[in-house]
Amino acid sequence: MTSITHHISPPLLAAYAAGTLPEPYALVVASHISMCDDCRAALGAHEAAGGAVMESSAAQAVSDDLKARVFDGLDIAPVAGPVYQKSGVFPAPVMEALKGKPPKWKSLGFGVRQSVISRSAAGSVRLLYIPGGQAVPEHSHNGLELTLVLQGAFADEDGRFGVGDLEIADDDVQHTPMAEVGDACICLAATGAPLRFASWMPRLFQPLFRI
Amino acid sequence: MDQKNDPKSFGSRNVGMLTLEPSSCDTPNSHARHPRSMARKKVRLPKQESQQISDQTSWMLAVRDARDRQAFGRLFDYYAPRLKGFVMRTGVPAAQAEDIVQEVMISVWHKAAQFDPHRAQVSSWIYQIARNRQIDVLRKENRPMPEELMQDEVQTEDASQIIALEQEADTLRQALNTLKPGQRDMVEKAYLGELSHSEIQEQTGLPLGTIKSRIRLGLEKLRHELKDIRQS
Ligand SMILES: [Zn+2]
Repeated sequence: MTSITHHISPPLLAAYAAGTLPEPYALVVASHISMCDDCRAALGAHEAAGGAVMESSAAQAVSDDLKARVFDGLDIAPVAGPVYQKSGVFPAPVMEALKGKPPKWKSLGFGVRQSVISRSAAGSVRLLYIPGGQAVPEHSHNGLELTLVLQGAFADEDGRFGVGDLEIADDDVQHTPMAEVGDACICLAATGAPLRFASWMPRLFQPLFRI
Repeated sequence: MDQKNDPKSFGSRNVGMLTLEPSSCDTPNSHARHPRSMARKKVRLPKQESQQISDQTSWMLAVRDARDRQAFGRLFDYYAPRLKGFVMRTGVPAAQAEDIVQEVMISVWHKAAQFDPHRAQVSSWIYQIARNRQIDVLRKENRPMPEELMQDEVQTEDASQIIALEQEADTLRQALNTLKPGQRDMVEKAYLGELSHSEIQEQTGLPLGTIKSRIRLGLEKLRHELKDIRQS
């Protein structure tokens, strides 16, 4: 909890607070906030700003019967959906997206696995499992890519990312993350457009210590 | 800018709620109390402090702790027209905006137990519910939400902390008011949900930067509060 060093950027948080962030990114942001009190507090500050904008909006008179309609609704108990909680390394928003079930991993070879949580025109979000000491498959992506570490750690040109750290990669960054030797690295990753694994060079899948 | 009559300015002179415990005539529906809210400690404030806590927060606490319908009516009277105005600014027609106001206000009643005045202003809390509702209605999407923090059932309210947070929010609001019109417009657009992430990013140098220090101060307070919750 205390060792998180890579956080959500202010524009990303503001967009999340305002609800303009596409769902795949919003899932990663909500997951990071579940793990990070600093960003939870920062979100609170953005919501205070949003609340101030709401409260200072010019009032529009409401229909005469609106209040009665609202009071009529108070006695109708809302249908409560299931509440999901953190399970193992997976934060609550991920468990909710998985509907409480364990992820369905698919092998990408060499011990690397992925589990696609959602894929749509808005983008995609997936879990990645990289054995310790191995490279994350090289890939290209369009637009923003958010990667949140749930277990283990990886390192790339931008530094070291441990549990709870969020990597924000802008357009066309060619990066080659490498899982740290030790525990397998499990990440939650969101991209704006369908992810394409560009190359399947076997060298990327050789454990470091065997090269 | 009629600051004198500005209902947004905090500093309530409400004599009817020196303690936030509603009088019996305020609770025509006291049978609606449920066990969980009974477990909470009511805020009993020394006179001096009660003069500073906002009406909005006291109404909300009366709704949360005593299911006080009269207080809820006051919340409605205050927030419904502003919320309608806010939603209409995003281009939603009046009738649909009222539907959203209706659902948001009903959620305020049902989700009241989640309201924590140490961590959020009533306006921020309602803003957040309203944005969720709009995403749901306009984009047919759910916004993934962070895990709720587990809290003590019997939580003691700390009036001085509530007031400190209110003052922080008040200062933030004043900071927004002193922005140049163009800058203020951008900030409002951002929180109205009219700017994408990259558009906000491009604007960071200007308007968000101006209120950043306010946000940072508010953040310090909230961070402190969260630490307390973690330790309890
Ligand atoms: Zn963070």
